[in-house]
Amino acid sequence: MSDTHAQTVRFVRESMLPEQEPPLAESGVLKWVRENLFSGWLNILLTVLSLAFIWFVLSHLLPWFLNSVWSAGSLSECREIRDEVFGPDASSACFAVITDRWHQLVFGFYPPEFYWRPIVALLLFLAAMAPVLFAGIPRKALWFSAAAPFLIYFVLWGGTIWGPLAVALGFVVGYATFVGLSRFNALLATLGAIVVPILYWLFVAGPLAGALASVLPIGLTFVPSDDFGGFQLSFIIGMAGILLSLPLGILLALGRQSNLFIINKTSVAFIEIIRGVPLIVWLFTASLLLNYFLPPGTNFDLMLRVIIMVTLFASAYIAEVVRGGLAALPKGQYEAADALGLDYWRSMRLIILPQALKISIPGIVNTFIGLFKDTTLVVFIGLLDPIGLSNAIRASTEWNGIYWELFVFIGLMFFICCFSMSRYSIYLENKLQREHR
Amino acid sequence: MKKTAFLGALTVSGLVAGAAAAATLEDVQERGNLNCGVSTGLPGFSAPNSAGEWEGFDVAVCRAVAAAVLGDPTAVEFVPTTGQTRFTALASGEIDMLSRNTTWTFSRDNDLKFEFVGVNYYDGQGFLVPKALGVTSAKDLDGATVCIQTGTTTELNLADFFRTNNMDYEPVPIETNAEAQQQYLAGACDVYTTDASGLAATRATFETPSDHVILPEIISKEPLGPLVRHGDNEWGDIARWTLNALIAAEEYGITSANIDELAEGTNNPEINRILGTEGNLGEMIGLDSDWAVRAIKAGGNYGELFERHIGESTPIGLARGLNAQWTEGGLLYSPPFR
Amino acid sequence: MSTLSEPPKESFRLSMLIYDTRYRSLTIQTVAMILLVLMISWLVSNTVQNLENLGKDFDFGFLGQRAGYDINQRLVEYTSQSTHARAALVGILNTILVAFLGCALATILGVIAGVLRLSKNWLVSRLMAVYVEGFRNVPLLLWIIAIFALMTESTPMPRDFREGGDASMLFGSIAISNRGVYVPAPVWGEGASLLIGVFVISLIAIWAFRRYAHRRQEATGDILPVFRVSLALFFIPVLLTYFAIAFANGRTEQAILATGGEAGLTLTEYAESQESLNVCLIPGTTTALNLEKTLRGADVRYNAVPFNDEGQALEGFQVGDCNVLSVPATQSDPIIAEAEGGFAPVPLVETIRRGNALEFEQPYLGGFNFDGGIHLRNSLIALWLALSLYTGAFIAEIVRGGILSVSKGQTEAAYALGLRPNRTMNLVILPQAMRVIIPPLISQYLNLTKNSSLAIAVGYMDVRSTLGGITINQTGRELEGMLLLGLFYLVLSLLISGAMNFYNSRVKLKER
Repeated sequence: MSDTHAQTVRFVRESMLPEQEPPLAESGVLKWVRENLFSGWLNILLTVLSLAFIWFVLSHLLPWFLNSVWSAGSLSECREIRDEVFGPDASSACFAVITDRWHQLVFGFYPPEFYWRPIVALLLFLAAMAPVLFAGIPRKALWFSAAAPFLIYFVLWGGTIWGPLAVALGFVVGYATFVGLSRFNALLATLGAIVVPILYWLFVAGPLAGALASVLPIGLTFVPSDDFGGFQLSFIIGMAGILLSLPLGILLALGRQSNLFIINKTSVAFIEIIRGVPLIVWLFTASLLLNYFLPPGTNFDLMLRVIIMVTLFASAYIAEVVRGGLAALPKGQYEAADALGLDYWRSMRLIILPQALKISIPGIVNTFIGLFKDTTLVVFIGLLDPIGLSNAIRASTEWNGIYWELFVFIGLMFFICCFSMSRYSIYLENKLQREHR
Repeated sequence: MKKTAFLGALTVSGLVAGAAAAATLEDVQERGNLNCGVSTGLPGFSAPNSAGEWEGFDVAVCRAVAAAVLGDPTAVEFVPTTGQTRFTALASGEIDMLSRNTTWTFSRDNDLKFEFVGVNYYDGQGFLVPKALGVTSAKDLDGATVCIQTGTTTELNLADFFRTNNMDYEPVPIETNAEAQQQYLAGACDVYTTDASGLAATRATFETPSDHVILPEIISKEPLGPLVRHGDNEWGDIARWTLNALIAAEEYGITSANIDELAEGTNNPEINRILGTEGNLGEMIGLDSDWAVRAIKAGGNYGELFERHIGESTPIGLARGLNAQWTEGGLLYSPPFR
Repeated sequence: MSTLSEPPKESFRLSMLIYDTRYRSLTIQTVAMILLVLMISWLVSNTVQNLENLGKDFDFGFLGQRAGYDINQRLVEYTSQSTHARAALVGILNTILVAFLGCALATILGVIAGVLRLSKNWLVSRLMAVYVEGFRNVPLLLWIIAIFALMTESTPMPRDFREGGDASMLFGSIAISNRGVYVPAPVWGEGASLLIGVFVISLIAIWAFRRYAHRRQEATGDILPVFRVSLALFFIPVLLTYFAIAFANGRTEQAILATGGEAGLTLTEYAESQESLNVCLIPGTTTALNLEKTLRGADVRYNAVPFNDEGQALEGFQVGDCNVLSVPATQSDPIIAEAEGGFAPVPLVETIRRGNALEFEQPYLGGFNFDGGIHLRNSLIALWLALSLYTGAFIAEIVRGGILSVSKGQTEAAYALGLRPNRTMNLVILPQAMRVIIPPLISQYLNLTKNSSLAIAVGYMDVRSTLGGITINQTGRELEGMLLLGLFYLVLSLLISGAMNFYNSRVKLKER
C-alpha cells in the first residue's frame, strides 16, 4: 500500500484564509429581525399584529400631539389659533391649558412666593427616608428621620416654630419618663411613657407653645390647608402616609407575630378590617364620620383627617410587608438573639428588625407607589388633588370644555414619579438577591 | 388663634376642643376669616382663576358676608365640597356657611337641620338636547338616554317626571359636569339634564352652541341659596340680611360706583338705613353701621354680580328671567330695611 | 416519677405579675384589653354624644323607605318605588358582577401578557412591557375615566345605525354603540329543559372522561386526547339534541288569530282596518319573540298585553283585552269553531314559527336606542375593561415572576425527556409556577374587588354609588350607610380570600 502512494503530498496551508463575512441572512440587522421578529408563523402573526396596533395608535395620536397649541388664554382662543394654522377640522391638542395652569396642577393654591417651601419639604422627606432606604447611611441618621415629620409640617404649613417643637417635646418627655421610671419598674415605666406625654399634650403643649410664641415669635407665614392642592397634595398625603405609618405598621406586624392572644387578635382584626374595605370607603369615613368619633366640638381640617385615615390604611399594608420580612428571617436569628439573653425589645431592635426591614424595603416602596396613586381618590371628598383641580380648572369660563389635555398631563406626571420609584424598588430587590447568594 | 385647630389636632389625642357650636360670629371674628363651602367647580358660580382666586356668583355671596363681618372680602377660606360632603362639612362646623348651588327643600331645612337664609338664584331643572334629534318637548323623550349628575335632587326629580308621564328612560349617572359634557357631546346620551343655569353654562362652551336646544319644560323648582346651621340665629340673620342688602341695593340703585357718594347721606331714608347713615340696623345684627356698605362694595349689588359672573355679557349668558327684581317681573323681593 | 421532687410551692406575690414570665404575659394582655375597651367605649360615647347634639339617632329604618331614584343596570327587579334596601341589593349584585367579570378577564389578560413578555419576539415583549408599566404606574382612576371617554368617543351613536348612517351591526346581531354593546338575548322555547339536561350530562361526561384519562395516564402512561374529546363532548350532544327538537316541533307553524276583521287579511291590512292593535302574548317565550318579530317586519304599531300563561292569554283574547293572539294550529280551529257572541276570531294570512328550544332575541333600533337583546352598558364595559387591564398588568408581573422562578434545569430536563415545548409548559413549568403565582394572585383579586368601588367615576351603579352614594345623600344617614357598606366589603373580601386560600391549600405542594 505504501508503495503505490509513496509520495503522498499533503496539503498544508501556510497562511490563514481571510475571514469571510457571515451569510447575509445570518448577520446584522437581518439576522436580528429574522430571529426576533419572524422566527415562526406565530411570531410573524404577532409581529404583524403589533405593528398594526402601533400604527393605529400613532396615526390617531400623533396628529393630535403635533398640531398642539401651547400658548393661548382660553379654549376658544385655542380653537381660533387651530382654525388659523391647521384648518378648522384638524385634530389638535390645546396644551395651552397646561402652560396657563401648571403651577396650580403642581402646587395647588399655595402662595407663589413660597413655592420653595414644598420643595424643601420634599428634600427633607427624601433625606428622612434615606436611612430607611439606603443601607449605607449611619443609623444615627434615623434620629433625623424621627424629627422630620415635625420639620416638614413646619415648613409646609408655617406658623410659629414652637407649635411643632412643643408637640415633639412630648416624645422627649415620654422618653425621659420611661428612662426615669425604668429604674424602678419596667411596666410602670411603659405606662408612664404612655400617660405622661398624653397629659402633657392635653394640658401643657398648647399653652407652652403659645407662651413661647409670644416671647420669641419665630416662624414662617401660615398657609392654611385649603391652599394645598395638585401634586403637592398627593405627595403630602402619600409622604405623610408612609412616614407616619412605618412605626405603626412595624408595631402591628410585631403584634401579629406575638403569641399574646389579645394583642395578636387585635392586630389581626385591625389589619384585616382595614385591608378588607376599599380606601374610598375609608376616605368617606374620614370626611363624613371621623367627627362623630371625636369629642363633641372637636373639629379638624379635612386634610388632616385624610392623612390620619391614610396613615391607618397604609399601616395595615406596611404591617403585612414587614410581617413578610419577619417571616423570611431564618429561625436561627431569633434563637441566637434569645441565646444571647436579650429581652424581647432588644432582640427586635438590635437583631431582628434591622434585617427584616432591609428585606421589606422593596415592598415598602411598592406600598408607597400604590398609596401615591391612590391619593387621586381624595377627589371624591372634595380635596383638590390633580384630578380635582382639573375639574376646577374646567369650571373656569376660559377652560370649560377641555378634556383630554389635562388627563394626559396628569397621567404623564404620575407615570414619571411611579415609574422611577418602581425602578428603584426593582434595583433594590436585585441587590438584595445578589447579597443573599 | 389660627394654629390651635391644627396644632390641637396634631396632638395625638386630638382632644383639643374647638368651640364650633356656640357663636359662629365670634368664631369668625376671632379667626379673622370666614370658612365658606363652595362647589369644587361650577362654571359661573364657583371656580378658581389662574391666580388661584375663587370667582363666581356663589363665591361672591361668601365675599359679601366676609366683607360685612370682617371688613375684608378676601378674608374667606374657600372649602371645596362635593355634593356628598357638603352637608356634613356644614353640620360638623368645618365651614361657617355653605354657598354651593344648594336647593332649598323641606327635608334639608328640617331633617338635616339647616337654615336657608334666602335664595340667590331661582333655578329649575331643564333638558338640553341636540337640535338634530328633532325633539321639541320633554314629553317626546320616551325611551331616551338621559345623563344626570349624581348626588343632587336632580335624579329624584327626573325619576318623578318620567314616572308621572308614564315614560321610560335610561339614566346615565355622571359624577362631574365635565364628564357629563363629554358624554353628551359624544352622543352617549340623548339628553343632558341639570339645573337650567348649568345647562346654559354648558351649552355656551360647545364649539357650536346653536346645534343644541334647551327644551321649554322646566320640571322642578330649584331655589338655590346659601345656608347655615340650625340654632345660631344671629349668624343666620347676618347671612340673610347680607344677601338681602345685595338685592335691595339693586332695587334702590346702589351700585359699587355710586355707593361712596350715597353713603354720605341721601334723601331716601331706606337707602340711608341700609347704608347706615340713619338708624342703627348694623347694631341690631351685631355689626357696625356700615356693614352693608362693605358687603355691597365687595363686588357690587346683586345685579352687578349677576352681570359679571353669569349675565348675558359673559360666555354663560343667562338672562335675568325669574331672577329679576320684583319691580321688573322677577321674584327677587327683599324685605324692607326698617 | 418518684425520683422527681416537687418544685417548692411558691406563694403568689403581687410582684410576680410583672417579673414572673408565667404571669407577665397575662398582665400585659389584661392591660391591653383594658386600654382597648376604654378606647372603644370612648369612641362610642363620643359618637352617641355627637349624634345627640346633632339631633340624629342611630336607626336603620331608612332602609325601608322609598328610594325614589332609578338605577339603569338592575339584575333584580327595581323601580324608583322600591326601598333603599332594595337599591342596596341592586348595587351589591352589580358590584359582585363587575368584580367577577373583572377577575376572570384580568386573569386571562395577565397570563397572556405575562407569557408574551417573556416572548422571544422583541416587538411583542416590548409592547407588553409598555402595557404593564403604563398601567401599573398611572392611577386606576385616570384609566377608568380615560377608557370610558375613549369608548364613547370612538364608537358610533345608535342613530348612526339607521339607514343612511355609517355604522352597521356586527354579524347583523351585535350592535357596538357608544351607549354600550347590545347582544342577542337567549329565549328558551319548548324542549329547553331537555336541551339543558343534555348539556349537564355532557358536562358530567367530560369530567368523568378527564378523570378516566388521568387515571389511565398514571397507570399506563398513555395520553388520551383529552382536549379534543372534551370539545366534542361539549358540543356534539347538545347540537344534536337542538336539531332534533328543531326538526320535531320547531318548524310547526302557528296561526295568528284576530278579532273584528275579515278572514284572509294580511297583518298590514288588518292593522289598517283597526283603531289600535293590542297583542296578547306571554313575554319571554319564543312564540312572543317570533310574533313581535313578524309584527315589526310588517311595520305595524302595536301594544303588547302581557299574560302569564296560554290559558290566561286565551281568556284575555276572548273577553277583548286584545285583538290579536297567536295559537298553535291545532288549537286555532276549535277556538274559531267555539266562538260565540260578538267574539269572532279569524286567522290572518301570516303564520309564525313555533320556535326552537333556544332562540335569540336580536337587538333592534327603537325610538332613541336599541331595544331587545341584552344591553351591556358602557359604564359596565369601561369599568370592567379598566379594572381588568389595570389588574392584568399586575398579574402579568406575577405570572412572569412565577415562570422565571422555575429553574432552567426543569425545562432542560423536560426537553431531555423528549417533551415538546407546549407539553413542557403545561406539564412541567406551569404546575410549579402556579405555587408561586397563586398567593399574590389572591391579593390581586381582592384589590380588584375593592377597586370596583371606583365605579362612581363612570356612573356604574355599584353598592358604593347606591347605598354609599345616593341613599346616604338623600337620607342623611351617613353613619349607618357607611357601616353597612364597610361591612359588605369586609365580608366580600373575607369570602374571596377564604375561597382562594382553600384552593391554594389544595394545589400547594404537599410536604410530608
